[in-house]
Amino acid sequence: MTKQQYPVLALVAVFGLAMALPAQMQLYTVYEATVYLVMAILALSLAFIWGKGGIMCLGQSAFFGLGAYAYAVAALNFGPGVVACLAAVALPALGAALLGYFMFYGRISDIYVGVITLAVTLILFNLMNSTSGPHYHIGQARLGGFNGITGIPTLAWPDGTPLSPAALFRLTAGLLVAVLAALGLYLRSPAGKLALAVRENEHRAELLGYNVALSKLSTFAIGGAVAGLAGGLFANWGAFVSPTVFALLQSAQIIIWVIVGGRGTLVGPILGCIALQWATTQLGTQQVVQVNLVLGVVLSAFVLLVPAGLLPSLGKWVRPLRAARAQGGPLAAAGPQRSARHEGGSGHDA
Amino acid sequence: MDFVAVLAIEFLGSIAILVLISIGLAVVFGMMKVINMAHGEFLMLGGYVAIYGTNWAGLNFWVSSLVVAPLVVGAVGMGLEWLVVRHLYGRMIDTMLATWGISLALVGAMTMLVGNTTQGLSTPLPSLQIGAYSASGYVLYLIVLAGLVVALLYALFKRTTFGLLARATTQNADMVAALGGNPRRIYASTFGLGAALAGLGGAALAPMTGVIPTIGASYIAKAFITVISGGGAVIAGNLSASVLYGVVSQVFTYLYTPVIGQVALLVAAMVLIRFLPKGITGRFFKRSI
Repeated sequence: MTKQQYPVLALVAVFGLAMALPAQMQLYTVYEATVYLVMAILALSLAFIWGKGGIMCLGQSAFFGLGAYAYAVAALNFGPGVVACLAAVALPALGAALLGYFMFYGRISDIYVGVITLAVTLILFNLMNSTSGPHYHIGQARLGGFNGITGIPTLAWPDGTPLSPAALFRLTAGLLVAVLAALGLYLRSPAGKLALAVRENEHRAELLGYNVALSKLSTFAIGGAVAGLAGGLFANWGAFVSPTVFALLQSAQIIIWVIVGGRGTLVGPILGCIALQWATTQLGTQQVVQVNLVLGVVLSAFVLLVPAGLLPSLGKWVRPLRAARAQGGPLAAAGPQRSARHEGGSGHDA
Repeated sequence: MDFVAVLAIEFLGSIAILVLISIGLAVVFGMMKVINMAHGEFLMLGGYVAIYGTNWAGLNFWVSSLVVAPLVVGAVGMGLEWLVVRHLYGRMIDTMLATWGISLALVGAMTMLVGNTTQGLSTPLPSLQIGAYSASGYVLYLIVLAGLVVALLYALFKRTTFGLLARATTQNADMVAALGGNPRRIYASTFGLGAALAGLGGAALAPMTGVIPTIGASYIAKAFITVISGGGAVIAGNLSASVLYGVVSQVFTYLYTPVIGQVALLVAAMVLIRFLPKGITGRFFKRSI
């Protein structure tokens, strides 16, 4: 078996496991696990934009929230089917493309991109918060202001029966695997390689004649679409959406998942997301320490002490060992001076 | 005529509030090229110090908001700079992320300490009668305060040794070090100054809005946009952006609702950044502070 086949095999195994799992779990666990996977898709969207594309989007929850609201409004107006799902993906992608046009064609620098995306999220939060009152409605859907939209219909089969929790779990898991595979394939295409090149050296890519702004715009819009998909699934999962999808804490959490799991990889943030969500749920059961406090300390500590994140650091620690064993002795190890940056390049495709 | 006077006060007040919430961020960004994501939480802390200083410790409101709040928040800022920020200078994005961590931690810590309810403070000035209209006396005070802060900051940067060193460090920290200055200490004091200004702003706004641990989020978007649009020059940039956005948001608030005012502010900011990516002072008033 060649090395290229490992990721495919891993994906198939994870997919099979996810299909088999709901039968073994209690209903409540299935329900909980589904939202973990929804958030994992969200983490994946930022892992793609930031880790692969090098675009620091601090306000990823803007697209998540847009997707959630788009699904809610479309599902209430057109029924919980294909149209609602398409709306959840298309609206955030459009929003990201529009925002990306202003940012990337304006040639603003990284730090400004971060601040502007964050500001957009905050303003969407305020905007949705102020839509209480019956005159704020889109078709049949009342926006509901601070209280949000309730009673969103759950995704249904074409004959009208809603999906069971187990089916929803399988659907979410399937979508997670599919998005991961699609992004991995995209990164191997010429467009994806250009995105990686832009991350590594924007000026060089531009001097070679590539349209850097367009490449960043596409990366950003694809990431927005994936975040929107997560948002749509989230609204569908809880049958409820409120302005908190745009809240600062939501944006911060996505960043923390990516930082902890590892920038530059697609799998790391997924693992970071699931681990941290589990930890957050456990923390929520006690009253002594505030979740915000813990998350904040985790974020600062990782930036200071483990800036590469867990997955790449793990790779960095394991790889010299493995190389040493392959060459027949610990003295032949590659040594710690092999830079993490070099290894963190196109090596992490999955 | 009376109406015009009241309208002028409202516009100036809107500008003054923008100056007060963003000047501390502007100092840290302009001098150190660090975006302090915990700025909103420094404002929140300033508000709490003013409220507890007045309602619980029994201090005069003016003392607790003008003296105690900046001192306490400035000290907290310097402590956090020593603990976290100083290790990350030169790594702009990591500084942003680490200060965001600080911001979340501060929200969590304050929620544990004081709970999740809004605490208020009575407005210490009566409203003013101008002909048939009334204007808030406190807004007039905020306008004067913002003017004073800007004037004092200008004097600090232009007339003192600290100001000279701070400006020199902005241009070339290594050269300052070679000439016997201490850039580390200057960075620490500049960060402290930014935090103290945030404390002052938060305390000054506390009687108008009340304070809750999560209030930083409602200030921070406006502060970011103002500072980013202003560009590198601290005072000129902050003033020009505050005037621009104060007028834009007030006009739309007046015509429609406060939320439309905020959206107009954002749209104006996006258009401006599209055409002036280095901010207003990246293009105009380049040689000012």
